[in-house]
Amino acid sequence: MTDKPVTPAAPAAGGSRAGMKKELPEHFKAYKGVWVFVEVERGVVHPVSFELLGEGRKLADQLGVDLAGVVLGPPGEGTKHAVAESFAYGADLVYLMEDALLTDYRNEPFSKGLTDLVNTYKPEILLLGATTLGRDLAGSVATTLLTGLTADCTELAVDADKSLAATRPTFGGSLLCTIYTLNFRPQMATIRPRVMKMPARVEKPVGRVVSHPLAMVEDDIVTKILAFVADRETNKVNLAYADIVVAGGLGLGAVENMQLVKNLAKALGAEYGCSRPIVQKGWMPAERQIGQTGKTIRPRLYIAAGISGAIQHRVGVEGADLIVAINTDKNAPIFDFAHVGLVTDAVRFLPALTEAFSRRLSPHNRDKLAG
Amino acid sequence: MHIVVCIKQVPDSAQIRVHPVTNTIMRQGVPTIINPYDLFALEAALRLRDEHGGTVTVLTMGPPMAEDSLRKALTFGADRAVLLTDRFFAGSDTLATSFALAQAIAKIGETFGTPDIVFTGKQTIDGDTAQVGPGIAKRQKLLQLTYVSKIAELDLAARRIKVERRAEGGVQVLETRLPVLITMLEGTNEMRRGTMVDALRAARAEIVTWSAKDAGIEDVLKCGLRGSPTVVKRVFAPAARSDKAQMIEIQPATRDTADALVAAIFGGIAGIEGDLVELHQTL
Repeated sequence: MTDKPVTPAAPAAGGSRAGMKKELPEHFKAYKGVWVFVEVERGVVHPVSFELLGEGRKLADQLGVDLAGVVLGPPGEGTKHAVAESFAYGADLVYLMEDALLTDYRNEPFSKGLTDLVNTYKPEILLLGATTLGRDLAGSVATTLLTGLTADCTELAVDADKSLAATRPTFGGSLLCTIYTLNFRPQMATIRPRVMKMPARVEKPVGRVVSHPLAMVEDDIVTKILAFVADRETNKVNLAYADIVVAGGLGLGAVENMQLVKNLAKALGAEYGCSRPIVQKGWMPAERQIGQTGKTIRPRLYIAAGISGAIQHRVGVEGADLIVAINTDKNAPIFDFAHVGLVTDAVRFLPALTEAFSRRLSPHNRDKLAG
Repeated sequence: MHIVVCIKQVPDSAQIRVHPVTNTIMRQGVPTIINPYDLFALEAALRLRDEHGGTVTVLTMGPPMAEDSLRKALTFGADRAVLLTDRFFAGSDTLATSFALAQAIAKIGETFGTPDIVFTGKQTIDGDTAQVGPGIAKRQKLLQLTYVSKIAELDLAARRIKVERRAEGGVQVLETRLPVLITMLEGTNEMRRGTMVDALRAARAEIVTWSAKDAGIEDVLKCGLRGSPTVVKRVFAPAARSDKAQMIEIQPATRDTADALVAAIFGGIAGIEGDLVELHQTL
């Protein structure tokens, strides 16, 4: 949400219903339960759906309601697997819409299907992954339902009167804001991959499945899929799920210094990325951008070189186990959330660091150390 | 052919500063620009017009000063500009925004001819929601094509369009019927410079300026704050982490500093050294 010119820094009002005295309209009181839309592409569940089931589980427990996975797909193994996995990642029940028309994603059948499910079974919260699919679908469904939708949330909570408090960056990622959908249901939100932790998978028997038909035939659907061209494996940038990530920012000063980031990444077998201004300058392609509008990462080790650490970057990297920041400015905001801070010129330091890692990791040196 | 391109005037995010004490945005002196994502939509529209003939209307909702962005769009070659401005629109969330824009597009249709294609950018750089495009499509009952990377074919006679769409793990090739709403992916084209003729025309052009009433919006309760189901309750800066960073401050950094950092990293993450050694042997 928040394409709105709100006055910032309005103090949070206390009391119930997020400080509003209004009562939830009567016809919305029947809306119960937390739903997670389970995204299935060509038979594979997008991992963001499991991350959301983990988060949805916490919200459902706080509200004392059921957590449901919502699976739309063609009859067959892939869909069956998505249903089983929903239970393994914490769902109490699954709403299932099986139809050959749901084989590949198209807006028309999916938005009709999900809207019908919401209108029939009335959830109070509906979460979707902020993928190209999830965002395409969520915008349509929320508009049809005339309810609130908060994009790219970084934190979800249930407040004292059981409303969903959705926090996300605002003003181009320079501040955070907390958004409520007070008088409409369901309360909808999208969350980017990797923002929420992957929950533990627990093998469980398939529980209650509520099947609902898609009230559509192929002739009702105008848009046809002529082809799907899968990305080549070699072209894939696996930033979001990488174990170690090295990234560069404007502090590196020049396009040729991006190579220093790549060199360190190579020495560590890591993925490399950058902050938003680097993409805007055209020094790295958009798929390498880390932060709210780029990739959210949760590596074991994140090394940020010459990145000041604006909020929109911070929310994209905070899930890292260890954040190492290298910056000449000791007051840079990145030192507010880094674990190890190094106040120095990254352009000079990165080659030294690359060498230090190589030295320490080379088998020759290790033998000597051991000997 | 008639194409409507929705654009938004946004603060140049690279220059946004937050007041360190009050946590408010310091707007003074922050230059405004056309939302960069919208330029890919505008250029795609101009190319279609150049190839197939017709007109391109740019539309924005915003304060009166948003006229600057419209004029800029005219210098790139858009034929007509419509500014939707009214105090009733203040505080609109994406649902209220898409309602107002959809109404304005309907009015543009009545006044200047029904659009065959409505374009928007992928998202804005200030709101970053990507919700207004789909919102307009649903309100206007337009078929929706988001994250379009290429317009492969447009057959006006048959009223059909074929596009490539960025999807998870690949590209979908889709065919659908006009009228459509397309949200254009970034990096898919490069905005033209605009000609001297366009610049002169833009300077003199009359910007069509509509209030809510002019745009045919009768129900102002669907606009602005009152028409927005979402409520922003709190705007804040995140707190610093309670365990402050372990700082190493040496100028200039030496080989020893690098070794010390490597040691700190290996000491900080259990098992990572062994994993790296293993990985190193396979590299």
